[in-house]
Amino acid sequence: MGYTLKMRVWRGDQSGGDLGDYEVEVSEGEVVLDALHRLQATQAGDLAIRWNCKAGKCGSCSAEINGRPRLMCMTRLSDFEPEETITVTPMRAFPVIRDLVTDVSYNYEKAKELPYAELGPRDADGKRRMAQIDVERGQEFRKCIECFLCQDTCHVVRDHEENKPAFAGPRFFLRYAELDMHPLDTHDRRKLAQEAAGIGMCNITKCCTEVCPEGIRITDNAIIPMKERVADRKYDPLVWLGNKIGLRNRDNDGRTEV
Amino acid sequence: MSDRHPMTGNEMSGASEGGMERHEYDVVVVGAGGAGLRAAIAAHEAGARTAVVCKSLLGKAHTVMAEGGIAAAMGNRWPEDNWEVHFRDTMRGGKMLNNWRMAQLHAQEAPERVQELEDWGALFDRTDDGLISQRDFGGHKYARLAHVGDRTGLEMIRTLQQRTVQLGIDVFMECTITELLKDADRVSGAFGYWRETGRFVAFEAPTVILATGGIGKSFKVTSNSWEYTGDGHALALRAGAALINMEFVQFHPTGMVWPPSVKGLLVTESVRGDGGILRNSEGKRFMFDYIPEFFKAETADTEEEADRWYEDKKNNRRPPELLPRDEVARAINSEIKAGRGSPHGGVFLDIASRRSPEFIRKRLPSMYHQFKELADVDITQEAMEIGPTCHYVMGGVEVDADTQESAVTGLYAVGECSGGMHGSNRLGGNSLGDLLVFGKRAGEHAASSAAGLSARPAVREDDVKAAKTSALAPFEVSAGSGGGGENPYTIQQDLQQSMNDLVGIIRTAAELEKSLREIELFKERAKAMVVEGHRQYNPGWHLSIDLRNMLLVSEAVAKAALAREESRGGHTRDDFPLTDNEVWGTKNLVVSLDADGTGVDLSEKPLPVMPGELEKYFD
Repeated sequence: MGYTLKMRVWRGDQSGGDLGDYEVEVSEGEVVLDALHRLQATQAGDLAIRWNCKAGKCGSCSAEINGRPRLMCMTRLSDFEPEETITVTPMRAFPVIRDLVTDVSYNYEKAKELPYAELGPRDADGKRRMAQIDVERGQEFRKCIECFLCQDTCHVVRDHEENKPAFAGPRFFLRYAELDMHPLDTHDRRKLAQEAAGIGMCNITKCCTEVCPEGIRITDNAIIPMKERVADRKYDPLVWLGNKIGLRNRDNDGRTEV
Repeated sequence: MSDRHPMTGNEMSGASEGGMERHEYDVVVVGAGGAGLRAAIAAHEAGARTAVVCKSLLGKAHTVMAEGGIAAAMGNRWPEDNWEVHFRDTMRGGKMLNNWRMAQLHAQEAPERVQELEDWGALFDRTDDGLISQRDFGGHKYARLAHVGDRTGLEMIRTLQQRTVQLGIDVFMECTITELLKDADRVSGAFGYWRETGRFVAFEAPTVILATGGIGKSFKVTSNSWEYTGDGHALALRAGAALINMEFVQFHPTGMVWPPSVKGLLVTESVRGDGGILRNSEGKRFMFDYIPEFFKAETADTEEEADRWYEDKKNNRRPPELLPRDEVARAINSEIKAGRGSPHGGVFLDIASRRSPEFIRKRLPSMYHQFKELADVDITQEAMEIGPTCHYVMGGVEVDADTQESAVTGLYAVGECSGGMHGSNRLGGNSLGDLLVFGKRAGEHAASSAAGLSARPAVREDDVKAAKTSALAPFEVSAGSGGGGENPYTIQQDLQQSMNDLVGIIRTAAELEKSLREIELFKERAKAMVVEGHRQYNPGWHLSIDLRNMLLVSEAVAKAALAREESRGGHTRDDFPLTDNEVWGTKNLVVSLDADGTGVDLSEKPLPVMPGELEKYFD
C-alpha cells in the first residue's frame, strides 16, 4: 500500500528561503501532515511546523498545499496521484517565522480590537432563555477553529499589506455577525463593523467561504447580512427619515451603540 | 509592555543576541486550556497582575478537542437532578477513591460555572423551554451535560479566550516553561524559552498555577495532542510537590482505529449517549455480557429495557453501553482479544441503524465530518470501527481540595495535571466542569496568597543559570560512542510503543517490571540526544526538552501501576483482577522525586475520610 511521495517544502525564514526537494515513504490513509512528520523524524529534525490536534479541530496547521490554503491534517494524500509532487508553502498573507510557521499576529491584534458580548441580566430564576432556532445562527459562526485560512485567502489583504490596519477580515466579520445575531446581546456594533473593521472593503467574492475547512458560509450567512444591517442603519432613506422626524426605530430596542 | 510582539508577547526580536527577558507578575498561569484560562480570569478579577504562558497559540489548547459536554446538575431536563446525585455518580464512577471534598465542590459549583460561560457569550444548545440543554453520558444518572453539538470544548475555549482578551490579561504564546524557580520552600517564579526565537525568559512571581493538561503523548495510541507531555506533572515533581493516583490512566473506549494515521483519535461518548450501541463481528450487542456486580442494580439487562430508557428514565435502567468508561474499554478489549473484533482491530459502534441521518448530523456534526473526511465513512449509513485509546490521566499533583495548592507554597495545580478529583476513573463530562470549578478556585487563592505577602520571594541567579544550561544541553552533547547521538524523535517513538505495550489497558507485574527497565534505558539514551539546527522554532530541540518530562512521568505511571496489586477504575491488573477494598480501598499511592532527582519514589497515604453526612449517599 505504501509508496514514495515526492514533496517540495518551503524552508527558510524572514531573510528568505527556497523550496527543498524531499522523498518520503507514505502509506494508505495518511494526510499531508503525516508525511511532513515523517520527514521531520527521519530527514529534517528542525523542520518547523505548527500543529496541535491533528484532527481538524484546533486550526493550527494551516499552510498552502499546491498553492491552495488548507489544513495539513485534513488534506489526504489520496486526493493526489501517487506520482504527483506535493508542494507545501507557508500561508502567504502572513510573515514567515521559519519554514511553514507564520506570524499570525494580525489576527490576534484584530481580536483585541473586537467588541465583546454584553448580555442583559439573567431571568428571575438565575437562568437565561433562548430558543434553539435563534442560537443556531450564531452557532454556525462559532464553529470557527481560527485556522485563519479565510484571512490568508482574502484578496483585500493577501497581497495588500497596506489594507491590514483598516480591515479585520472574514474571521472577524463572522464574530461581528455572531454578536449581532446573539438573541440576548445588548450592543449595536454596526458602526464599528463599518468604520473600525472595514466591512465595506469586502466585495463578496466568496474566496473565504471556499477555503473554510468547517464549511461555514461566511459570505452568505455572516458578511452579507452584516453588510445589509450596516447599510440599513446608514443609508436606508426610510430609516433616515424616521430618525429625522423622531420615530422610534424598533431595530435599536435593547441595544446600545458602541 | 509596549515592545512586546503582538502575537506571542515576545519582547525582543529573534535577531538580537545575549540578554534574557524578565517579567514580574503576581500570578503566572502555565497553560491556556480551560483550567488555565479560568484561573487567569479569576486571578485577574481578584486584582492580581496575571500572566498566562502557553506552548501553543492562544485558543489551540487541548480543551478544544473536548466533544461531549460539561457535567453540571442544573436540572434543566431532569428537575430531580441536584449536586448530591452528581456527587454520588462521580464517587461511584471513580470507585470511591476520589478526594470526596473535590467531588463535592465540583458537583456544587459546576452549574454556576456553566452559566457564567453563557454570561460571557457562549451559545449552548437549548431545551424546548429555551434553557441550556443537557445530554446523557456514561455514569451520570440524569441527562446532565451542557453541550454545543459535539464541539463543546471549542465553545468553552473560545468563550474563555475571548474573555481573557477582553480583560486585557497578558498572554505569552508559544513559550514553554522548563523549570520552576524557588526561594527556600516557596515558589518564586518560572523559567522557559520562546519557541519562536529559542531565547530564554524568566517570570518572577510568588505564585504559579500549573494547568498543563495530561501525559497521553507517552502512549502510542492516544487521543491527546503533542502538547500532552506531562510538563506540569514533571515540573511539580522537580519542585518538590507530590503526585497521586498516577497508576490510573483512562483509556477511552471509543477511538478511531482506521486509517492508521488517525488511530486513537477520539470518537465522542455522545454517540452512545445519543443512542449508539456496540456490536462485535458476530453482530452481537456484547455489553450485556460485561455488566459488573457494582453497577448491576442500575443497568438494563435486556435490549428492550435499554432502548426504552432513552425516553423513559424513571421506569427503565441505563443501557450497559453507558457504563463508566473503564468498564466499556475493558469489555471492548476482551471482545477484540477473543477474536470477535472488526477488520481493522476494533469493534463496531453503530448509530446509523438507530437514529435518522438528520438526527445524527444535527447532534454529532463533528463526528460526521471527521469520519467522512478522514476515513471515508458515512456514519449515518454505516457503523464506525472503534477501539480503546489513551485519553486522560486521573493522576496528578496532590493538592488541597479547596485551594488547589500543592505541598510547595505558592504552587497550584488545576485540571488534568492535578489529582484526586476523579479517583480511579473519570466520568465523561466531569473534566470540563473540573477545569472551570477548580480553575476559578486556584486563581482566587493564588491572587490572595500573592496579595498577602509582605516581601516577594527572590529568584536566585544560580538557578536561572542552571536552567539555561539544562535547556541547552541537547545542543552540547557530542556524538555518542556508538557513532552518532540519539535522535529525540526515535526515543519518543520507542517510549510510546513501550508504554502502549507494557503499561496499557491490561497490565501484569512482569510487563510493568520490563517497562521500568526499558524506561531506564530510554533515560540513558536521552543523555546522548543530539539536536540539529539552531534555536529558532526548532521542533527537534523542543521535543528533546519535553522528552525528559515524558520519561519522568512514564516512570511514575509504571511504578505506581506495579505497586497497586488490584484492579480498579483505570488500572487493570491481569494478575490481580479483583478490586480489593480491604487493602487498597482506603489509600493513595504517592509519587515524589528521588534523591538523585532522576527518578521517582513511591509511598502510601490514607485517603481523606468522608464525613458522615456524605456517607449516607452510598448506603
